[in-house]
Amino acid sequence: MTGSMDLPAKGGFSFDLCRRNAMLEKKGLKVPGFRKTGTTIVGLVFQDGVVLGADTRATEGPIVADKNCEKIHYMAPNIYCCGAGTAADTEAVTDMVSSQLHLHRYATSRESRVVTALTLLKTHLFNYQGHVSAALVLGGVDVTGPHLHTVYPHGSTDTLPFATMGSGSLAAMSVFESKYKEGLTREEGIQLVAEAICAGIFNDLGSGSNVDVCVITKGKTEYLRNHQLPNPRTYASSKGYSFTKGHTEVLSTKIIPLKQKAEVAEGDAMEE
Amino acid sequence: MDACGTQAAAAAAGGEGTQRTLYPYVTGNSVIAMKYKDGVIMACDTGASYGSTLRYKSVERIKAVGKHSLIGGSGEFSDFQEILRYLDELTLSDHMWDDGNSLGPKEIHAYLTRVMYNRRNKFDPLWNSLVLGGVKKGPKGDEKYLGMVNMIGTHFEDNHLATGFGNHMAIPILRAEWREDMTFEEAIKLIEKCLLVLLYRDRSSINKFQIAKITTEGSTIYPPYALKTNWGFSAFENPSKGAVGTW
Repeated sequence: MTGSMDLPAKGGFSFDLCRRNAMLEKKGLKVPGFRKTGTTIVGLVFQDGVVLGADTRATEGPIVADKNCEKIHYMAPNIYCCGAGTAADTEAVTDMVSSQLHLHRYATSRESRVVTALTLLKTHLFNYQGHVSAALVLGGVDVTGPHLHTVYPHGSTDTLPFATMGSGSLAAMSVFESKYKEGLTREEGIQLVAEAICAGIFNDLGSGSNVDVCVITKGKTEYLRNHQLPNPRTYASSKGYSFTKGHTEVLSTKIIPLKQKAEVAEGDAMEE
Repeated sequence: MDACGTQAAAAAAGGEGTQRTLYPYVTGNSVIAMKYKDGVIMACDTGASYGSTLRYKSVERIKAVGKHSLIGGSGEFSDFQEILRYLDELTLSDHMWDDGNSLGPKEIHAYLTRVMYNRRNKFDPLWNSLVLGGVKKGPKGDEKYLGMVNMIGTHFEDNHLATGFGNHMAIPILRAEWREDMTFEEAIKLIEKCLLVLLYRDRSSINKFQIAKITTEGSTIYPPYALKTNWGFSAFENPSKGAVGTW
């Protein structure tokens, strides 16, 4: 019992266990892998608001862990956030900021603003120096208008008219760069977002399955889960296969009885 | 045509004199190519970078080979020049046979594949991704050909190809919008779409492009020109409009 006292944690990432992890790894511990979302996520600003889009494949290395996961996360009734990177990180950080925004709404009696969510996310991610591997496309409509931002794992942000993130971002960006223009209508915006996600789905191995779309306008949000299903399972026959007699040609028949009957000539019959 | 003679001699000299390409130094950007109605179209920018510096801005990375082909190269520029020299020797000795026959794009592609793969096996690669396109009269009439070889010897044929960054940004567009029997004007429009996307999103590309085409009439390499870019999005004007002081 000494006079020393444990100071309360000051916040930020505690690197104490990193040395222990490095020692364990050197001794031969196999570190469990991260479940990444290997993703295509996009967002664009159209004339009345924001359209967000995402694919639905979650990968664990070369394996598809979840064929139909949800990558567009709820932040506030008027703000949604797409997440790429480590699935746990994107889920946790968007959940956390969503709760903070809710408490903030109670405190201020006002609709949440996109820049509030943006600032909360970027300060959290910067504090963790990039170890929280979440790359986000944040979009929403508030009193100041429609906003679209990208947030990088180290905490930097961009404000853009159209944005893509994830492993399929280059394929999706090629669609946006060639086809985006200002003042798109709602239908054109959804169509362009779906096209960009499909480019990611079909040209990037880390993205696949279906297209999720979320349209946010002043006063109304529509979450179009599985808006497009461009990868249906195709069975050869929906009724399954049946092999009726007559399908296969019979060349010859030979029947061998398996149980032999032994006849008793003299003496007693054998005990069965 | 001995692509490996000097290396073998140096190796035989006793280990110390061997040199291999470890990293590329002066590199060229992506090359995009596609088949169209009359033949093959190829395009690239005219820049060559020295690491992160834009060193050369007027470099021709598409050249005619023989009567029937065009070659486009990205990657280490000195290796591309060496390959052009090998192809020169090849086409010259082919011409000297004087047998009325000439090497077509398929043959040149096969030759390049062998050269690249052999160099790779000696751990001394030619650090390039090459695109070979051409048209030659075959048994079924005029046959268009478009193939690619990269530094490790992987080779394949397709209706549309891209090297380097073009694989990630131009191929999705080409896969969605290429059609059989495009006219020259349609093909140019599609290629310019891809070049513009690469200009915006590839840090080493420059706004000076060259387009080349090859048909049964022969090859044409057009003079360099620039594309019109659009930076006028209203969101770019004042990104912190929603909250002053934010970034």
